Amino acid sequence: MNENNIPDDAASSDSSDPEQIPLMQRILDNPFLLLVLGIAVPAVFYIIWGIIEITQIPIAD
Amino acid sequence: MSSLIDYRTCPTTGLKVDRAAEKLIKANAVAAIVFLAIGGLFGLLVALTRWPAVHFLPADMFYLALTAHGLDVLLVWIIFFEMALLYFASAILLNSRLAGPKWAWTGFGLMLVGALITNVAVLQGKSSVMFTSYVPMMAEPPFYVGIILFAVGALIGCCVFFGTLVLAKREKTYEGSIPLVTFGALTAAIIAVFTLASGAIILIPTLLWSLGLVSHIDPLVYKTIWWAMGHSSQQINVSAHVAVWYAIAAMVFGAKPLSEKISRMAFLMYILFLQLASAHHLLVEPGMSSEWKIFNTSYAMYLAVLGSMIHGMSVPGAIEVAQRSRGLTKGMFEWLRKAPWGNPAFAGMFMSLVFFGFLGGISGVVMGTEQINLIMHNTLYVPGHFHATVVAGTTLAFMAITYILVPLIFRRELMMKKLAMWQPYVFGIGVAGISVFMMGAGTLGVSRRHWDMTFADAILPFDYPSAAFLMMGLNGIFAVMAAVGGLMYVVIVVGSVFFGKKLTDDEKPSYPEVPPESAAVSHYGSSESLKIPGTAFLVGIFFTAFVLYYFVNWKYLSEIWPLS
Amino acid sequence: MAMTPPSERIWWRQPIARIELIWIIIAFTWGLIMFFMMIYWHGAGAQNLSNEAYQIKPQVFAKHAQDMIDEYQVREESGFPVVHPPPGSDVYLIARLWQWWPILEFEKDQSYRLHLSSMDWQHGFSLQPVNINVQVHPGYDMVVTVKPDRAGEFGVVCNEFCGIGHHMMVGKIYVVE
Ligand code: HEM
Ligand SMILES: [Cu+2]
Ligand SMILES: [Cu+2]
Repeated sequence: MNENNIPDDAASSDSSDPEQIPLMQRILDNPFLLLVLGIAVPAVFYIIWGIIEITQIPIAD
Repeated sequence: MSSLIDYRTCPTTGLKVDRAAEKLIKANAVAAIVFLAIGGLFGLLVALTRWPAVHFLPADMFYLALTAHGLDVLLVWIIFFEMALLYFASAILLNSRLAGPKWAWTGFGLMLVGALITNVAVLQGKSSVMFTSYVPMMAEPPFYVGIILFAVGALIGCCVFFGTLVLAKREKTYEGSIPLVTFGALTAAIIAVFTLASGAIILIPTLLWSLGLVSHIDPLVYKTIWWAMGHSSQQINVSAHVAVWYAIAAMVFGAKPLSEKISRMAFLMYILFLQLASAHHLLVEPGMSSEWKIFNTSYAMYLAVLGSMIHGMSVPGAIEVAQRSRGLTKGMFEWLRKAPWGNPAFAGMFMSLVFFGFLGGISGVVMGTEQINLIMHNTLYVPGHFHATVVAGTTLAFMAITYILVPLIFRRELMMKKLAMWQPYVFGIGVAGISVFMMGAGTLGVSRRHWDMTFADAILPFDYPSAAFLMMGLNGIFAVMAAVGGLMYVVIVVGSVFFGKKLTDDEKPSYPEVPPESAAVSHYGSSESLKIPGTAFLVGIFFTAFVLYYFVNWKYLSEIWPLS
Repeated sequence: MAMTPPSERIWWRQPIARIELIWIIIAFTWGLIMFFMMIYWHGAGAQNLSNEAYQIKPQVFAKHAQDMIDEYQVREESGFPVVHPPPGSDVYLIARLWQWWPILEFEKDQSYRLHLSSMDWQHGFSLQPVNINVQVHPGYDMVVTVKPDRAGEFGVVCNEFCGIGHHMMVGKIYVVE
């Protein structure tokens, strides 16, 4: 256990207090933040980008 | 407030069980199994028709049965069962009451009514449009109404799940972070919200179009958004069955994930990227750019595949550690040889893991490669692939966990234990067979969703190679085996649920035994020296197969006509 | 266990086992290889879709096809015109319930700009036994430049479900020396 050590990795740098929960763990413990991310990523990259591609298909002359 | 809730304490696990949640789990599981039975029967009819020597149904009935099969198994069976899992992973595992059981019942009712409406619409014969209902082919309005109601009901179920997470946290029914299995269920629920919302976005206008209120739905836009539902719903399945793998490993072996952090990050990869793979279905469509195709089809540089490969080591690795800590340390594989192969929960789970990885996972990534899709799109390779994922993977995993849920939740002793012992093998091998032979026929070019591979009624003749006919004959034989395995499952579960020996509230069922938490796994301090040689070997075989098969298909691709 | 909350309150700082780390690195690298393989093939491979496409009205597409048939028809077969267009030209193949119209005749090792579009529902262009499969939509004209590299008689199967006659929808492409 490295709880008593000096924080040595990036994840722990945000928590000088050893009792504080690391940022990444807090993110993983937050279901609603994950929900927002899980909807936003595919909505932007798959749906919105995809629809833009379709609307940009040129009209044949 | 919580004092008004009716709880019992589970004699096996010591968990507090909210009876309202328990009833909902039962109702959803029973509905799921009923639709699996119906849908499976349609599947058998379809497979018998595709068996050239049998060619069972006439063309119109074949297309009807295929539509019903896709809907009843892919949508109805799977999502009902997932609702049961969501309530189990939230209320039961978190020791909490379920948020808004009334809402959960409303959701259940909508799903049931929706499923019935769509089934009736299909059986009436004017909605044989396949479950994908690509526009401009039009179904009768009730077809869409039913699916929309079903989706809204499932969405309510997801809200109940999220509500229960909030409630459990507020009422401090657990300490620290949610269990890994619940986290997997959360992943499934998040993907489900995206899935069901996409479904509503596209099916509501389509319904209006079939009512004549909207004049035109663009087929490409339809397909893009429809697959945001259609494919993402497969990703709900993946998340859910991975959670089930962890749950069964925990319940049968007391296994603990190798690393909470890594397993949760793997689920995070699912949350962020898995849904992008909806683009698998649009790789040979006109007008989408290769940038869009490559980014999305690769789940953003295969980060979601990375997640699956992590679970693929983590689950068997956890089992290996638990087994070794019990002294099964001889050689590489004593832990696996002496695993409880007669326990259908374990056997089903392990086959699900192997078939999902080796058959479903590899074929999915290969087929989802932008250019390779050209030699597979809409051939039987596609159903071959997804019977490995969603049947040998998800369905088999769900069947496996049912054997644990029947005594724990339905409070009945499992009946016909001998039959249950064989069930996962019969079903699993049958399904692996249909997957392999459909993929084989697909490699030879045979079209999916096709009534007559001899083209007897076509004006211009064409013949598939005779090997393709052999494949479809073998497919038929293994389909019968899979159907028998499915029937065994339904008989055992329905029999036990209605006629099994009743267990009183504090009576421990003779099965499953829940083992004590494995000591060696509980301190991570030793993880530097973690020894899982057997798992490492299996993973090595998997990786080799993956790389070889991947490049073999590039070779096949390079042999077709040059295209640009 | 996986069914209970993690036993350590702060599980994020637990070290990762070496073997897991190695596997993650291998799997991640493999993902990158597969990702760049697709991009590489766009440059080095001979089988890619150009993704050239246009929005087009079915009757306009049908007119292009008819003009081509009128100009280059060489014979008739089972009621289908057989068309031998010049190499390099724009070639139109109509998908409709339930036929591929007309029959095309290509010359080996010559390129053609093959246009595909549907008059009604979606269809699937499945060239057999070569096994090239692309989706055909109504309202969109997809252009694929093909260069047949062997002579023979090829079937065009419809592999997107298109109603009760789906299994009768077979077309033909000849490739001559
Ligand atoms: C007894 C077990 C089963 C058998 C014998 C079976 C067999 C088949 C066959 C032969 C096809 C037709 C392929 C084609 O002509 O295109 C098919 C399609 C399909 N099956 Fe199954 N299947 C079984 C169980 C399942 C289960 C449990 C699921 C889902 C969880 C499932 C999902 C599907 C889907 C989504 C399709 C595609 C329908 C379409 O193309 O519209 N099957 N199945
Ligand atoms: Cu067609
Ligand atoms: Cu068709």
